[in-house]
Amino acid sequence: MLHEWLYLAIFLAISLFIPAVAIGLAALLSPRKPAPIKNSTYECGIETVGPTRIQFKAQYYLYALLFLIFDVETVLLYPFAVAYQKIALFGVIEVVVFILILAAGLVYAWRNGAFEWQ
Amino acid sequence: MNLLLDPVNVIAEWLTRLMTGWGFSTGLVQFILFVIGAGVLSMGAMLFTVLLIWIERKLGGRFQDRIGPNRVGPWGIFQTIADMLKIFTKELIHPAGADKVLFNLAPILAVASVLALWAVVPFASTVIGVNINVGVLYILAVGGLGELGIILAGFGSNNKYALLGGFRAVAQLLSYEVPLAITLLVPVLLSGSMGMNDIAAAQNVWYIFLAPVAALVFFIASIAENGRAPFDLIEAGSEIVAGFNIEYSGLKFGMFYVADFLHAFTSAMIFSAIFLGGWQGPGAETIPLLGFVYMLIKTAVVYFVMLAIRFSLPRLRIDQMMNLNWKYLTPLALASVLLTAILDKVVPVSLMLVRVGVFLAGNVLLFLISDRLVALYRRGKEQERKIVSSPRPLAVSLLEPPAENQEVQP
Amino acid sequence: MTGMQVIFLINALVSVLAGIMLATSRKLIHAGLWLILTLFGVAIMFGLLEASFLAIVQGVVYIGAIAILIIFAIMLTRETMEESHGKRTRWILTSIVALITLAGILLALLTWPQSSSLTLPLSEEQQSIAELGLALVDPERYLVPFEVASLLLLAALVGAVYVAVERKGEEK
Repeated sequence: MLHEWLYLAIFLAISLFIPAVAIGLAALLSPRKPAPIKNSTYECGIETVGPTRIQFKAQYYLYALLFLIFDVETVLLYPFAVAYQKIALFGVIEVVVFILILAAGLVYAWRNGAFEWQ
Repeated sequence: MNLLLDPVNVIAEWLTRLMTGWGFSTGLVQFILFVIGAGVLSMGAMLFTVLLIWIERKLGGRFQDRIGPNRVGPWGIFQTIADMLKIFTKELIHPAGADKVLFNLAPILAVASVLALWAVVPFASTVIGVNINVGVLYILAVGGLGELGIILAGFGSNNKYALLGGFRAVAQLLSYEVPLAITLLVPVLLSGSMGMNDIAAAQNVWYIFLAPVAALVFFIASIAENGRAPFDLIEAGSEIVAGFNIEYSGLKFGMFYVADFLHAFTSAMIFSAIFLGGWQGPGAETIPLLGFVYMLIKTAVVYFVMLAIRFSLPRLRIDQMMNLNWKYLTPLALASVLLTAILDKVVPVSLMLVRVGVFLAGNVLLFLISDRLVALYRRGKEQERKIVSSPRPLAVSLLEPPAENQEVQP
Repeated sequence: MTGMQVIFLINALVSVLAGIMLATSRKLIHAGLWLILTLFGVAIMFGLLEASFLAIVQGVVYIGAIAILIIFAIMLTRETMEESHGKRTRWILTSIVALITLAGILLALLTWPQSSSLTLPLSEEQQSIAELGLALVDPERYLVPFEVASLLLLAALVGAVYVAVERKGEEK
């Protein structure tokens, strides 16, 4: 099994390597004439005003947190899915309980307007 | 004869014998073979993108009742090469204040995350990069890598619009990964393994017939994960001025687009491997090349459907997208997992036709119930909206002067 | 020196270096990137121990969700592109505490009677993920922690929604 992981590591390394080489090639082939106007930040043609920060919006963080929770739940369900053929109905009912608890959480979030884009 | 039927393995064996004959140890030979195999696959994927871009532009043109590129070469097949040459020689502008590491790492990560997916796609019964036993989760992990690339692009550009676009893009990608992960449970449930080749091999009946709702949710979620229409708010040119890749020029910008086009095809391949039986077909077990042909045909059909959707549907707003995901797709995905899990245990596996019939009936029932629920929900929402004011006429007739006790309406 | 040992040493070196860079980075966002490298090192460690499921779960959950969450948090706070300065005395105190902790852990490891024995290779049955799945729904083994985990996730969900959603009529 270990050689499979080795192949994956090699594949990841190569897939990181190929675009890096391509961009390096483009950097060699392309002209390089930096000018202050070219390098300035783009804002529809007018000058930037104020520092580059956006207002804190809890909505983005909430989506990431919701994703994390559902991700962990799904990952916990995968061993059950792999062993499914060998599990009796009783085991399936237990997992149904697991999913229903989290579905209740989803309903709670829905009711409290967590999914409304402010 | 064998070379024609199973070319990849025959070549691999020949190379092994050659190198062992030269005196290399078996470990080194395996390592070299891995490197060659991975290199060939990745380069093939990158070069295939050139063809893919041309196909998409031509088909897009036909969908939109125009011809598409037809000047450079017969039917314009060299158009993409011309575009690539142009992009290679454009100046790579480095914006002021942009963080060097983040700015340069982002396009590399975006392309790497798509290329890395090609390692687990089962091309034929004996040809797969590596059939690791957690192939399905590997797809999810690599998706995370792509999202990382996008948020780094948004942040590293030192540009308010890029940052905003990056945040919205990652919010969309994260949200749509939830139903993707949940519906991927269904094929694992039915086949008992997470390895992609095992899932493709276990489909005596295609899983799209056993779990059509899960297949539908997976299809929609993967279109959204690609950032394609109707979910292409990420690259919406008219809304937030091109989003997270504003400050990119030259090949770095080109890399994001290569990742986009390649990702669509890769998603189509994964869908056909998981739900359409992959390389399965008459005679595919004995003749791997035939399996590869079947895989290509299925992927091409799915890709065509994706393109048809892309060029036909209008773009969704961000709040419509989030609504669709969290209120419709995620509960539907959970319900389909529950349905499949319970059905397969309650109804014993007797006759194949009976099993398929029961599953199909269950899924159709689920679909109808959810449809009714959605209709009820929408009706409830519309009753909440009160009429604030009735529309006023804009123009007032100039022929008759307004009476004294009547106000002139603007 | 087998191939696996070489890979382990390289991985350990890279992980530790990434950890050091993570703790001493000037820019917060670079620290986030070093964190991802450290997590990746842990995933490779799991892979070397033939725990394939844990390795990939490390990638999915830690790198794909938690690292992105941390990077979000970094980006949503102020002054992230600027460098952070730490006081000299704080550095020295922290490193002393860390060294003492490291010494304690090393001492505990070296006096552990089994520290010089090799791990047994896993049997075919123990390696499968199906075995893990069976254990999770078995009432005599890990069913109760499994269900308690779902309650824990529910608590986290409720807490996050309560804190993050603006109450109508209240201030943020």
